Amino acid sequence: MTSNVEQKVIVKKLKSMFPESILEVTDFRGDLQILVDREKILEICRYLKTDKELNFNMLLDVCGVDYLQMNSQARFAVVYHMYSLNKKHRVRLKAFLNDDTPVVESVCSIWKSANWFEREAYDLFGIQFKNHPNLKRILTHPNFHGHPLRKDYDSTKRHPQVERRK
Amino acid sequence: MENIFTTQLDKLISWGQRNSLWPLPFGTACCAIEFMSFVSSHYDVARFGAEVVRFSPRQSDLMIVAGTITDKLAPALKKIYDQMCEPKWVISMGACASSGGFYRAYHVMQGIDEIIPVDVYVPGCPPAPESLFDALLKLQEMIKKGGREKVLRG
Repeated sequence: MTSNVEQKVIVKKLKSMFPESILEVTDFRGDLQILVDREKILEICRYLKTDKELNFNMLLDVCGVDYLQMNSQARFAVVYHMYSLNKKHRVRLKAFLNDDTPVVESVCSIWKSANWFEREAYDLFGIQFKNHPNLKRILTHPNFHGHPLRKDYDSTKRHPQVERRK
Repeated sequence: MENIFTTQLDKLISWGQRNSLWPLPFGTACCAIEFMSFVSSHYDVARFGAEVVRFSPRQSDLMIVAGTITDKLAPALKKIYDQMCEPKWVISMGACASSGGFYRAYHVMQGIDEIIPVDVYVPGCPPAPESLFDALLKLQEMIKKGGREKVLRG
């Protein structure tokens, strides 16, 4: 758990650096979540990692979310979980993606662990990560069509690779 | 005279086949852990002559598919099955291999009999080793009666 004091420092530093791009700050049971502008995701992430006091040197996860029929401000979102191994504090960044073809800047250039996380989000939700070095499917097989964790994907629709036995 | 000799020889071959099945474990999930008990000393499949577990399809004649088979893995399963020499048999172990189990979903094959023929299905999630022994004995009975085709035709 990140202490209140640390949370305040993180929020204050981010707000002073990116006054326009920090849209909402929430605290759920001690976990800090910051809603940010998706255009600024790369700059914010680079700052979170390189700033000496924040020092978020570990990217724990990148997730996609589909808010179809959930009365959300946008259909898709990406969620980043960061942790600082030195400072022992963590933060969650979230950005809404407005388009039908959701696009966001890749953070692979900052954390190498983003590579496979982003491929997973691309595979299952169809979220495009700009400037990703190798944005291919990672979990489903290469002959798969569509993005199965989208809420409008028919969950029983399959893409068998071997011909059915007679 | 010749006919009598052939039938007797068939019986002898069938006796040899059913009492020395060499299993190939195609284990992908928790069923494979149960399979380990099935093979190891406490339950000991050696009592039924099927203890020579081989991890090469070329050296085994009983494929035990133990676990979930996804569409992504299906080509590998089919290829390994095709590499096994005749005569060969298949036991589908557990709910996932037999019907997809609780994975009624976009990525899992709804039973391996979509792509390879199955001799005995074992229900359970995972089945206890006793169930697998039951399947083995059923399979031995089938081989004694002349194989799957003959048993199904009655």
